[in-house]
Amino acid sequence: MGKKTSTIPFNGTPEQEAELRKIIAAHKDDKGALMPVLQQAQGVYGYLPIEVQEIIATEMDIPLEKVYGVVTFYSQFSLNPKGKYTISVCLGTACYVKGSGDIFNKLSEVLGIKGGETTPDGKFSLVDCRCIGACGLAPVLTVNDDVYGRLTVDDVADILAKYND
Amino acid sequence: MYRSHVLVCGGTGCTSSGSAKIIERLQAEIDANGLHDEVQVVKTGCFGLCALGPIMIVYPEGSFYSMVKEEDIPEIVSEHLLKGRIVSRLLYQETVTDNGIKALNDTAFYKKQSRIALRNCGVINPENIDEYIGTDGYQALGKVLTEMTPDDVIKEILDSGLRGRGGGGFPTGRKWQLAKDLVKGGQKYVACNADEGDPGAFMDRSVLEGDPHVVLEAMAIAGYAIGASQGYIYVRAEYPIAIARLEIAIKQAREYGLLGKNIFDSGFDFDIDLRLGAGAFVCGEETALMTSIEGNRGEPRPRPPFPAEKGLFGKPTVLNNVETYANIPRIILNGADWFKSIGTEKSKGTKVFALGGKINNTGLVEVPMGTTLRTVIEEIGGGIPNGKKFKAAQTGGPSGGCIPMEHYDIEIDYDNLIAIGSMMGSGGLIVMDEDSCMVDIAKFFLEFTVDESCGKCTPCRIGTKRLYELLDKITKGKGTLEDIDKMEKLCYYIKENSLCGLGQTAPNPVLSTLKFFRDEYIAHVVDKKCPAGVCKDLLSFSIEKDKCIGCGMCAKQCPANAITKTDYVAPGKKLPALEIDTAKCVKCGACIEKCKFGAIVKK
Repeated sequence: MGKKTSTIPFNGTPEQEAELRKIIAAHKDDKGALMPVLQQAQGVYGYLPIEVQEIIATEMDIPLEKVYGVVTFYSQFSLNPKGKYTISVCLGTACYVKGSGDIFNKLSEVLGIKGGETTPDGKFSLVDCRCIGACGLAPVLTVNDDVYGRLTVDDVADILAKYND
Repeated sequence: MYRSHVLVCGGTGCTSSGSAKIIERLQAEIDANGLHDEVQVVKTGCFGLCALGPIMIVYPEGSFYSMVKEEDIPEIVSEHLLKGRIVSRLLYQETVTDNGIKALNDTAFYKKQSRIALRNCGVINPENIDEYIGTDGYQALGKVLTEMTPDDVIKEILDSGLRGRGGGGFPTGRKWQLAKDLVKGGQKYVACNADEGDPGAFMDRSVLEGDPHVVLEAMAIAGYAIGASQGYIYVRAEYPIAIARLEIAIKQAREYGLLGKNIFDSGFDFDIDLRLGAGAFVCGEETALMTSIEGNRGEPRPRPPFPAEKGLFGKPTVLNNVETYANIPRIILNGADWFKSIGTEKSKGTKVFALGGKINNTGLVEVPMGTTLRTVIEEIGGGIPNGKKFKAAQTGGPSGGCIPMEHYDIEIDYDNLIAIGSMMGSGGLIVMDEDSCMVDIAKFFLEFTVDESCGKCTPCRIGTKRLYELLDKITKGKGTLEDIDKMEKLCYYIKENSLCGLGQTAPNPVLSTLKFFRDEYIAHVVDKKCPAGVCKDLLSFSIEKDKCIGCGMCAKQCPANAITKTDYVAPGKKLPALEIDTAKCVKCGACIEKCKFGAIVKK
């Protein structure tokens, strides 16, 4: 898993914290509410720094180590802020046999980062994802909510150029 | 009443290829032409032919437009919808005949299919409960609550022979019976496994996107049968469209009184909540899934006790997969005998497969059990692109195995697949051609398992890692024959000692490729060659000098400056040929893609 505590200073606002407390209160009576709370908290902050986990642990009366254990278990929870654009390359089987591994490597080479990392300017994060189910368009990648399909390695430069702002 | 209905696929595949924009534009053009009282646009679930998306069907004619672009919309509206002239250039060519268009169900893709679980997918608007009710929706629940006892329901499901579609193949009726009888009374739960994690599988997603109410109805039926009042659907967070439609469906069902208190005035209460996964493959395993719903790390626990006795929050729980549920209302309405009449002796009904990989008609198909692999790939799937040869089909994802050419005519059912070392799995069917390296595929799956192993038990956590390392060594040309033996032993060790299904089945891709493609392993180890030309460390690139015209396109592409001019000018060519310095070559393959003369070869 290899996740660590974030080295980037925490910049949460009072508004975000108020929203988080509202989320926790809304799930007060639900059984097994930790996961939904974490998912919504990540929606508020974009990631789950230890400061946010501490609030959740205290408010829900769950030990912090359990909260941290759950956060680090699931790949969708992030301890670090994501880049402005998250590029997810599908490495599901259908995409893989059609060459998505090469596309991932090309992106990694061009951006100079490995999977799970963010470029130093905070612009791009690169992740490999499991099947997004658009197998008819294989190989596929997504940049935030935009889907690009039927790709070749040569398309990588053009796609990145679109986010050159 | 509308004179014409335009069905546009709003499944993930077509949405990814732009169907949302098409629907928007279509509605705008229809409004602009004053047709909004005459033509209705319906956003449906998946039609199945994802390779041809975005897909649009216009009724009553049944014109099947494929790969529609936004720019095509004005023409479709002004020609077809306004003037009644079908835009033949956009039709799916399979449907075009000399005498006009033929019905979709007569095309090769649909002809041999038989749709039970996917009955409503691509037919109704999944966001409108009335359309589901209009196709006999919630009638089965009504019948169960007003005419049948819980034991009648369980008997019907048992008699039908329905087995779990998530891959295990356990008889569904038996599962329900255990949950009803092992512990009498008290709080019980019904859960739905919609954590479809096998890469390349999207059957459950399509059902949830195309027909979410069928799952709700079936869960309520299960709740009545075992005496549960609460259901949970655990769905992958990677399926945003499915989640949105489930939320709408649950809300609508509550408004109609089809979920909630005193359903159909029968005194039966049942409600359903959604729980989202967060990206952990192991949560598809039943005990891990329930641990995750409880708000913990999704680690499996030993069985027994089985969920039917001690499941969610320690209470008896029935957990079925989406596709299994999608069969239930039909069985209740049409009867066990009808369902039993479809399929093979021990596998009844149909199975949905997600066809992917090297196949023309990528998409979703539902065929009766016992259909041969050849029929699925050659007839329904339209064969393999670019005239390549079939090499193997992979079923069951990271837990399954491959089916080679020698078993091309196997009748697909649970037991036949197990007998040859594969498994039905949840329904992902990935086709591989001669360009796929089976050692590389085995390594691909092991990399997946290593990544997704939860780490609770040692055989899986460490065993799969060691297995991966051995495979990696072989693909790099450093393997020995002893490594192959070692791998085989390790496979059996992992299978026998792992805690849950993930570990117990993780070695299957290795074992089945070893069984059918041992010669490929030997080629990697002894000859240091990758016959399919995939494993980079075993390839070498060279230029056939007599084919080279010396244009230098390859040298421009080469990131390692490994291509230089020679003194040799081939007969009939003007410029000197080039050559590759294998010591500098990084084997990226960029040169091959650029050479228009086929002068560069990899071996």
